[in-house]
Amino acid sequence: MLEIRNLHKRLGGKHVLRGVNLVVNKGEALVVIGGSGCGKSVLLKHILGLMRPDEGQILIDGQDIAHVPERQMNTIRRRFGMLFQGGALFDSMTVAENVSFSMDEHERVPATARAALVSKTLATVGLKGVENVFPADLSGGMKKRVALARALATDPEFLLYDEPTTGLDPIMSDVINELIVKMKQSLGVTSIIVTHDMTSARKIGDHWAMIHEGAIRIHGTPDEVFASEDEVVRRFIRGQASPEQLHEVWGDAARAADGPPAG
Amino acid sequence: MGPHLPFVGTMVENLRTAGGVFLLLLETIRSLFGRWPRRRVLVDQFFLIGVRSMPVILTTGLFTGMVLAVQSFNQFRRVNITSMVGAVVGVSMVKELGPVLTGLMLAGRVGAAITAEVGTMTVTEQVDALRSLATNPVRWLVLPRVLACVLLTPFLTLMADLIGIAGGTFICVNVLNVEWAFHYANLLDWLTVWDISVGCAKSSCFGLLIALVASYKGFNTEPGAAGVGKAATEAVVTSCILILVSDFFLSVLFAAIRPEWAE
Repeated sequence: MLEIRNLHKRLGGKHVLRGVNLVVNKGEALVVIGGSGCGKSVLLKHILGLMRPDEGQILIDGQDIAHVPERQMNTIRRRFGMLFQGGALFDSMTVAENVSFSMDEHERVPATARAALVSKTLATVGLKGVENVFPADLSGGMKKRVALARALATDPEFLLYDEPTTGLDPIMSDVINELIVKMKQSLGVTSIIVTHDMTSARKIGDHWAMIHEGAIRIHGTPDEVFASEDEVVRRFIRGQASPEQLHEVWGDAARAADGPPAG
Repeated sequence: MGPHLPFVGTMVENLRTAGGVFLLLLETIRSLFGRWPRRRVLVDQFFLIGVRSMPVILTTGLFTGMVLAVQSFNQFRRVNITSMVGAVVGVSMVKELGPVLTGLMLAGRVGAAITAEVGTMTVTEQVDALRSLATNPVRWLVLPRVLACVLLTPFLTLMADLIGIAGGTFICVNVLNVEWAFHYANLLDWLTVWDISVGCAKSSCFGLLIALVASYKGFNTEPGAAGVGKAATEAVVTSCILILVSDFFLSVLFAAIRPEWAE
């Protein structure tokens, strides 16, 4: 179980996270939604210890990892896999070297077993015969899938996804969504998915949590979130701009009500 | 730090860089005692930094030696001691011009390349990906580059010394008609093993500075293509200045500890 208690973080004078509280149960897929720049990715980086909080706790199975020294943190990180927004594949290495990176770093795996493991992991994400290709020669969707394979190669208990469908076409987005569901069902991993893609959120989330102004605005099942009376939540899941934002766009021509002026 | 106090801002920025580079040095030394980087990574860096820099260094050394011969010949002719030109070229190359010019050329060639590479990896989250895979980026990225720079700069300097002296000798003997026997005798008389060693030791320090400053600037790159360019420029300028400043202090230091046998 992963629990976040009263997490605060200031970045460059901006108070990004203002007391985030969140619980993720084992085997669950939690979708974290929220506007761009609201601190969703910052939250993910805290869970992995890539950023350290100014205040608050991050508990993994009861152990607070918020202030664990970097070296010890590496042991904890091996229980995690992270899919970065742009894939973050090492562009000086082939696909196979990327996928086997963790094995090569932390375990002694013989070359034949290693090749087999790489092929197997790539097959899990639906890729074949790309072992010797360099990341620069892959499409956006393939990069994400290779990055997912790299994250999976360590047999993680937790998988963190940072905007997995951003920048992909709808079909490829759906492929990634299906993969996320497959990872959860077949491997039983606990997933935290940061996204603002509502189609994706509907498909993969057991629970949703929405970050607004640095704190959790609502946390519940998708049905509970949909039933929310909160105006901020309702606007976000329906994809509607607020009257203030409409006014910014249309000036005085905008009516106080929803939508641009008719005609 | 308002715009009315740009000097204070620059000072603070420089102090921050100095502190950051020093911490990076400590971390690099610490990673030296852990597991070493893979052999292939080391070989790649040694090739890129050592072998690939040879043409630039050799050209610089050759023309510096030749121009030094021409200029000192014109001065020395007035007092009829043209046979000393060779010694002047030799001592200048070995003590100062070889190490410093090699350092400056490497700062431009290698320093910019290191910053651009590490900077691009930082902004594309590859550095975060390394950490997420429980790998220390200092061990993986900085250590190989520091080792290559520290161990290979002395050899590059020796090459610059050698070709500079050869170029100077060629100009003296073949173009300016200095007597070979006097030229050769004076050259040998004035060159000392101590001076050559001090030149190499200084160049090792320059190599360390180049790799550390370039890596530091790379890790602290601001997002975007402009960020990487800015970081590379800063790395080159900072390491060039540090080379020139530290050259003065190192020369004073080595002069102070000069042993008797070297007199």
